[in-house]
Formats: sequence, structure tokens, C-alpha cells
Amino acid sequence: MGLRNFFDRIEPHFEKGGKWERLFPLYEMVESFLYTPKTVTTVAPHARSYIDMKRIMTYVVLATIPCILMALYNTGYQTNMAIAEMGASGWRASIVEALGIGFDANNVAANMFHGLLYFLPIYIVTLVAGGVFEVVFATVRRHEVNEGFLVSSMLYALIVPASTPLWQVALGIIFGVVIGKEVFGGTGKNFLNPALTGRAFLYFAYPAQLSGDAVWIPVDGFTGATALAVSASEGFQALAGHGMSWWNSFYGFIPGSMGETSTLACLLGLVFLLATKIANYRMVVGCLGGMIAFSLLLNWIGSDTNPMFAMPWYWHLVTGGFAFGLVFMVTEPVSGSHTNMGRYFYGALIGFMVVMIRVINPAFPEGMMLAILFGNVFAPLIDYFVVQANIKRRAKRHG
Amino acid sequence: MAHKRREMLIDPLVDNNPITLQVLGICSALAVTSSLQVAFVMSIAVTLVTAFSSMFISMIRNQIPSSIRIIVQMVIIASLVILVDQMLKAFAFEISKTLSVFVGLIITNCIVMGRAEAFAMKNGPIDSFIDGIGNGLGYGLILMLVGVIRELFGSGSLFGVTILETVNNGGWYVPNGLLLLPPSAFFIIGLIIWAFRSWKTDQVEEREYKIQTVEAH
Repeated sequence: MGLRNFFDRIEPHFEKGGKWERLFPLYEMVESFLYTPKTVTTVAPHARSYIDMKRIMTYVVLATIPCILMALYNTGYQTNMAIAEMGASGWRASIVEALGIGFDANNVAANMFHGLLYFLPIYIVTLVAGGVFEVVFATVRRHEVNEGFLVSSMLYALIVPASTPLWQVALGIIFGVVIGKEVFGGTGKNFLNPALTGRAFLYFAYPAQLSGDAVWIPVDGFTGATALAVSASEGFQALAGHGMSWWNSFYGFIPGSMGETSTLACLLGLVFLLATKIANYRMVVGCLGGMIAFSLLLNWIGSDTNPMFAMPWYWHLVTGGFAFGLVFMVTEPVSGSHTNMGRYFYGALIGFMVVMIRVINPAFPEGMMLAILFGNVFAPLIDYFVVQANIKRRAKRHG
Repeated sequence: MAHKRREMLIDPLVDNNPITLQVLGICSALAVTSSLQVAFVMSIAVTLVTAFSSMFISMIRNQIPSSIRIIVQMVIIASLVILVDQMLKAFAFEISKTLSVFVGLIITNCIVMGRAEAFAMKNGPIDSFIDGIGNGLGYGLILMLVGVIRELFGSGSLFGVTILETVNNGGWYVPNGLLLLPPSAFFIIGLIIWAFRSWKTDQVEEREYKIQTVEAH
């Protein structure tokens, strides 16, 4: 155990009074990343559990693996399809050509590799830019660098379009980390989801690169509307004409942000998160229930001018970021409601808002990001009412 | 006396800033700061209204019955605002159109009422005038700071003069659309407050809650 000895030898330098005292968070980050934290509880209750924060965060990252794989495959697949039509350009295409891999959209490995060339730069930029700010805050504010950032950065990289310029990726995650999390005191005190805060910043700051029809497939001049944009203009029945069948959307072979297209991959992640009890099933049930109920209501009301009214719930499920948001964002324990009853309402509010924004608001074709942020803001209020109702009920019972 | 008056003028700039410390006048700070020129005109308008209304109110402060003092103050402030509005319409019509309703809303700017109530009702006319100017400048300072950030990064210019050539005009700068939306001023004012309070630590408010540390038994 040479490494352990090495840590034990240098640790005194980072403790109080040591010469690198100020850099303790940095040391702690590396050490606790490799080994179990040595801190033990000093006061009762001494509840023992294997689920500590590190494990929770690691599990969430593990749960995103299907989505990452699908992100690689689908990004490459969509790009190669577009290249067949438009021709290739840019440094990524040069690399692919230099390695002799080619742009065959039927070749899984070629697609994966091409997708990797898009995903990896975005992910690395996210890690570096966000990580620097995370470490700066941890050092100045003397708190630990938390594994939570690994989750935020992974989720963030999965919900941006592949064509996003890298400097915008960096700005977005910095905004998410600083305004969405650190100004409120760091991990566990953020009332908004940091990854979504960063994306919302980009969405409003640079709408030309984050929305519209031209951004989802990173080939210059190629436009590929998302399923929701098509449904908003022509109705969901027209999706088949654009090569998007329900199963296609379910598997995720449609244009969209990198990691969010595949409902199947998200559901695999959901199964894992529910089985390990990281995700609370109440939020998922609430969100699905709210979405299904409100879209059924809108189907029943109907509209002559707005084709989105007719969109059935099973299409809402597989299009846009609904599945990804449901699995990884709605279930986020910190920014969601904390009471069990509140979790149903919290989920239902988000499910309701998604359909509301998608169908009734003409400005935004997609609503999951805004709906979740909206839900985050209301989560404490929901908790308040649940707690008050409980107090009232008990007061009545005990007079 | 002279020393005190200088303090009255300088104190509201940072140490007792109406926006960052007292958090007054936020509404107009959000609305008019997307371009520097408009923010500048608005700052001057608010400074003049605050200064003169404080002075006039201070002049008649001993004649105002306390029960109707707010109404009297409002009459004076409103007259001055109408005056400013008409002047702008006469000499700077374009800016007046951009400012639109916000000139009229100076009446509801808490800084004006706040200084009238808190200072002018208890002090002499000249002091009140200086106090009004000082607070107007404090308001203006924040408006200009926010305006510089929003206009420079939102549309790549300052006072309408292009500094960063935007992509649409063949340059390299991609403007940040969020900064042109009013909510962005919330972030910027928040960050300015953060900066001010890191610099002047006595401005930091006490926490409303205490984190309990449990003693080991």
C-alpha cells in the first residue's frame, strides 16, 4: 500500500498549521476519491449505512452509462447520416478520415467513434471549467470538493446539443456551479439543479446555438428538427414522415441533445436507481402521473389550431428530454421535495408543467428543463404545506 | 459642517448605497439598464428628483401636518417627476420613448420617498439637497455598473459605440442574449452586492438562523 503511505506521509502538511493548510480541500478531494473517508461521527446517533454521499453520486454516474453509450452512438449516427448528404468538414472529420474509419452510418463502431469526438471535448471542457471553480470555492470557503460535481458535469454534458461551441459549454457549467450551487453554500444546499441552471443560462443567453432546427446535428447547414419541433408545427402524426416512428424515438435514433434522446437508456438508468433506492419512486410516479393526466385532458379538450393538443402521452414520454429529466433531474434529492407526500405533488407539478409548456406555450417547443426548474423553486413550498397539514391533523387527533 | 456634508455626498456611494445595502429602487434598475445611455439619463433624472424633492420637503417640513405628510411629499415628488418627464420629451424625445413608463414610475422609486421620510423631514434644506444628490449618485453608480456589463456583453457596445464587433455585423463576438433580458440585472446586482460585501465586510448582515453544533457527551 505505497499510495496509502504516501498520503499518510503528506497529510500533516495539509492539516491545520501545515504549510499547505489552505489546499486541504484539494488534498481531501484526491484522497477521498481513492479511499474511504476517515471521518467518523463523534456524536449520536451512530446510524450505520453503506449509502454515503460518495456512493450515491457514484451510483448516479453509473446509471448514466446507458445514456452515455447511446449519446455516443446516436450523435455519431445522426452526424454520419447528415455527412452522407452534405459532405464532411471540420477537425473531427479530418481525424476520422486520417484513421480511415469512414462515415458509414451503418457501422456501429464508426458511429461510436465519431460521437466520441463530439462528446469527449464537451465533457472535458465541462470537467475542467466547472472543476476549477468548484476547487476555488472549496479552497476559499473551506468546504470539501464534493463528488456531486461529477454527477452535475456528466448530466450537463449529456443535455447540451453536440454542436454547442466549447466556450459556451464552459460558460454554462461555470454559471451552473457558481450561481446554481456555490453561492448557496455548495452541494446539499442548492435549491436548483446545477446542471439545469447551467443549461438554462445557455438557453437564454445563446438561443441561436441551443435551440432551433439547425443545432441538433453538428453538420454545417444541415437542419434536423427535433420530434417536438415537428409535432408543434405539423402534429405528431407527421413524425413518421420525418423518419421518427415511436419505437425509433423510444430507442433514441432521433435528433436531440446528446444524451436525452433514448428513452430506453434512461429507463435502464431508472431501474438501476430505483433498485438501489437512490431515486425515490414517489417523484417518478408523481411526474408520470401528472404528465399522463394533463395530456389526456388536453387530448380530450382538443384544439383546431394547435396540433400539440392531440399529442398522446406515450409520445410525450419518448420525445425531448422528458425521460432523461424524469430519471436524473426530477429524482435529484436535494432540489426536490423532502417529504414523502410532497414528492408526489412535486413530481405531478413537473409533469403538469412539461405538458403545459410543450403544448400551450408557443415560444418553447421543449419544456422539461423549465418545468424542473419551476418544480425546484416550488419544492420548499410544497414541503411547507405538507408539514403544516401533518401538524394540523395531529393537533386534531391529540386535541 | 463642511466635512459632514462631504460625507453625506460620498457615504451613499458604497458604504450606504441605496441599491446594494438598502435594496431600494431595484425595479427600475432591472428595467432601464440594458443600454448605458438610457441608464445614464435615468440616473440623472432620479438624482435631480431626489435632490429637489428632498430640498422642497425639507423647506416646508415644519408646516406639514404629520398625518398627511406622505400625501404632501407625493405631491412634491409627482410635480418634479412631471417636470422631468416633460423636459425629456422636449429635449431628448428618443430616450424618453425608450424610458417610457419608467420616468413616471420615479414617483414610486423607494429611494425618493425613503430619503424624504428618513432625512428631509428632520434636516435643513441644504443638507437634504446634498443628501438627495448623494443618494441619487449611489443609485446612478449601480445603474451605470449594471449598464456597462449588460450593454458591453449583451450587445457589444458602450453608449451605442461598438466595442466588441458582434457576429451579426461580421465581427467575432457572440452577444449574450440573457443580458438583454431584465432578469439578468438580478444576477448582476446580486454579484455586485456580493463584491461590495466582500470588500466592506461590515455590510454583511447577521444570519437569520444559527447552525447548531452538537456537543459530544
